[in-house]
Amino acid sequence: VPESRSDVLQGTLDLMMPKTLESMGPLHGYGIARRTEQESENTVSLNQGTIYQALLRLEQRAWVKAEWGTSETGRRAKFYSLTRSGRKQIAQETENWERVATNMARFLAPSN
Amino acid sequence: MSWIRVLLSRCSVFFRRRQLDADLDEELRAHIELAIEEHRAHGMTEPQACTAALRAFGGVTQVRESYRVQRGLPWLEETVRDIRFAFRKLLHSPGFAPTAILTLAVGIGANVVVFSVLNGIMLRPLNVPQPNNLVQIAGEGSRGDSQSYPDYRDYQDRNQSFTGILAYKIIHVGIEIDKSVFQSWGNAASGNYFDVLGLQPALGRFFHASDEHGLASAPYIVLSYDFWQHHLAASPHILGKVVFLNQHPLTIIGVAPQNFHGTDYFLWPDYWIPAVNAQQVTGWDDFDWRGHREFTLLGRLKPGITQQQASQNMDAIARQMAKQYPDDQGLTLTTRKPGPAGNSDDPIKKALLGMTLLAFLVLLAACANLASIFAARAADRSSELAIRLAIGSSRWAVARQLLTEAILVSLGGGIVGTFFARLLLGVLSHWRSGDFPNQFLIAPDERVYVVAIVLSIGSGIVFALLPAWQVWNTDVVQAIKSNYVAAGSFRRFAMRDALLLIQVAVCTLLVTSSLVTVRGMIQRLRAPLGISTKGVTLAQVDLQMAGIPDAQSRLTQKRLLDTAAAIPGVTAAATSDFAPFLGIWGWTVYSWDTTQFVPANAAFGAITYSVSRGYFQVAGTRLESGRDFTPDDKPGSPTVAIVNETFARRLFGTTRVVGKRFKLFDPVRLEIIGVVEDGKYSDPGEDPQPAIFIAYAQGIGPYLVSGPVTVLVCSHLPPDQIADALHRSLSQVVTTAPFSILTWSDAIDRSMVPARTATIVLGVMGLIAAMLAVTGLFGMASYSVSKRMKEQGIRMALGAQRIQVMRSTLNRPILILIIGACVGLIGGLLATRLLAHLISFPSTSDPLLLACVALVMMMLGLIATWIPARRAISIDPARLLRES
Repeated sequence: VPESRSDVLQGTLDLMMPKTLESMGPLHGYGIARRTEQESENTVSLNQGTIYQALLRLEQRAWVKAEWGTSETGRRAKFYSLTRSGRKQIAQETENWERVATNMARFLAPSN
Repeated sequence: MSWIRVLLSRCSVFFRRRQLDADLDEELRAHIELAIEEHRAHGMTEPQACTAALRAFGGVTQVRESYRVQRGLPWLEETVRDIRFAFRKLLHSPGFAPTAILTLAVGIGANVVVFSVLNGIMLRPLNVPQPNNLVQIAGEGSRGDSQSYPDYRDYQDRNQSFTGILAYKIIHVGIEIDKSVFQSWGNAASGNYFDVLGLQPALGRFFHASDEHGLASAPYIVLSYDFWQHHLAASPHILGKVVFLNQHPLTIIGVAPQNFHGTDYFLWPDYWIPAVNAQQVTGWDDFDWRGHREFTLLGRLKPGITQQQASQNMDAIARQMAKQYPDDQGLTLTTRKPGPAGNSDDPIKKALLGMTLLAFLVLLAACANLASIFAARAADRSSELAIRLAIGSSRWAVARQLLTEAILVSLGGGIVGTFFARLLLGVLSHWRSGDFPNQFLIAPDERVYVVAIVLSIGSGIVFALLPAWQVWNTDVVQAIKSNYVAAGSFRRFAMRDALLLIQVAVCTLLVTSSLVTVRGMIQRLRAPLGISTKGVTLAQVDLQMAGIPDAQSRLTQKRLLDTAAAIPGVTAAATSDFAPFLGIWGWTVYSWDTTQFVPANAAFGAITYSVSRGYFQVAGTRLESGRDFTPDDKPGSPTVAIVNETFARRLFGTTRVVGKRFKLFDPVRLEIIGVVEDGKYSDPGEDPQPAIFIAYAQGIGPYLVSGPVTVLVCSHLPPDQIADALHRSLSQVVTTAPFSILTWSDAIDRSMVPARTATIVLGVMGLIAAMLAVTGLFGMASYSVSKRMKEQGIRMALGAQRIQVMRSTLNRPILILIIGACVGLIGGLLATRLLAHLISFPSTSDPLLLACVALVMMMLGLIATWIPARRAISIDPARLLRES
């Protein structure tokens, strides 16, 4: 297993997927999975199936909403889009992540 | 707040699971097909694309399962599944569920009834603001609860523990409203009564301490809400109206709040009058006689003062007062919770605790019963359960399934039991013993329902524990292979045997104790009464109520007697103040050489009747020695008394006492002129009581106040007719007070109600226990036998004699029956002793009776095992072996 690929943390997925929806607009599950993989440049290994549980979690918190629609190839599929409260959450979660990341970076930086 | 949203969303899913499952399936299918399309667009073949898509997706089933867990409330769904499965299972065995539910209904119902009564009488606080810092101030131990009014005022002045102490007593007087007179029960209360309780009137005002300015200074009356509703049509204009209590005018000043029923637990007073006016109404010296202890005292604790500190404070005051006043010699005081709950000697409390114990034992027997049936069912289903375990169900899931079934059954039993308990309680709460307007707030409240639910679920868990434990220990391989749990049944002492033992023991205990108690009570009820009630009718009137002055009471009594004797068909007539089983009065007896009439010198208290000549002939009481009263026993001549044998024995140690003398209080000296047989005076079950009969014509010292007069007439006419005649003629002599007319045997019946009720309750519990025992024994025994059918079949096929098979089948059950019956007997004897102590009946440990009970229980067990055993040996071994 290549060192660069790491398992996805649950919390990470919860931020990555709304972020994807924010930039791409409404997407179906497969689209979200592919897009997430591409955006992370395949550094995250994803069992695509696991995104559905994560999507449900977001739906229960009313960050995203789902509607049945038709894909570009004419298939019936469920499309997810960001709600207003979802948008607000992204801003807040991003800030959280950045703070954690900065702290971690500082912590892990080689001490002189 | 987002967790609420999540929870709501999860709950809402619960009802559209099927639709959502379909949606999920379609969504996942779409995902995979989209992936396949993309892979093919990149030039893969169909199978390659398919494999790649599935690989990238991960396990479809796992995804679906974790999605479902995230989506809904998994434990709820599982529980619902368990319940549905349990329902199906119970419907499959239509005999089991109703039997189990009925058994439990009996057990839980009995407990709900007993607990409701316990709750209503002992646990419910008084319906006043902050009932918790209200305590009763009473004498310690046998000193009695009641206090005198002068003592009360001293307590009130001297204590440092209470913000206020109130005093009240029950009065029973005639009340006249708008010219109609009827009997009523009320409270005479200290002026601060309502203020200490912290109540506000529903109408008008209450009386206060500031209204009291000495004797007869506050002629006011406050009505209870119910009385106002029923007798004054809830009219708001009644304030200022004058009503008459025993012909004394009192002004209505207010109405008490609706839910306030006084501070007694059994009597709901019709009204309250200031204690300063009670003497005027009742004629009794309540207000300043220190030795006359009639008042109940309740105190409101000061903030920060504990009940214990208050007790110490009151006890110190009692010691001071005992030195100060001769009447208070030996006075002790303590504080406790008001009502029967606080009184450790209260007979009602004891009886209730005894019944609680019995009811609990009945439930225990019912649970043991069901545990055995349930265990048997679980064992019969062992292959089903084993298969479930084998295909991956967790032991917990299977045990939970059994538990669900048990709790479902027990809740059913609880509901049915509570339903019947409510019906019974409805009847009980309307029960009145005679004229006494007792009220019980025993309708089940939320506390009772909580107890019912806890009992139901608790008993469900109790009787499901055993089968659940069996499942836990199931060896799956063995269970599937041999079609039944072999391990359990051949062990030396199986769990099943323990259950049978418990069952026999508990049921023997219940049957023994209830039989012995019922027997004791019947003996008590059959004891000779010392009177002959046949053809005797009583007419009682209160001359005080009628407003007849003391001086004229003797004249009125004579006119009543003459009028009654003149009624055609009356063969004999006499009067007394009270009659046995219809009112009671007593005096303290002192020996002849007493000079200090203080409690320490008292001999004992004796029931006292003030009778006319000829009373003993009408009452049918035998004169053992001496003479009856004669016309010469009149005021001015030496005062004389006739006493009963118990009196003679207790004061003089002999029954030859004619000519001996004793004293009642200072000026009252009595010479004994006759001795009559002992009798019962207020309760057919009472211990022998000393009694004095004095001549009504002579009175008791200065205390011949006008009071109750009971006319006793002997007649062969039907009771209705004589009652009519008595009413017509006597009402012309005394017009201002009502007569209560009834036959003497009715009066006795009425006084027997509590004892009869207790007897019936015990009898019913015993019967229930016996029924449980029989059904349980039959179930258990026949199950044990049927489990060994196959083994016995093999033995018979190998040539065993019938008698050998029989012996091996019956050996163990019989051993268990004997041990269980012995344990139960010993327990029963102990319980009987406890009950005798609690309900006070002569404890007769009757060895013959006990032997009979034990024998009957063993016979029942024997029959219960014998029948299936016979079936076992009469069956064709070849067929038996082939079938299994």
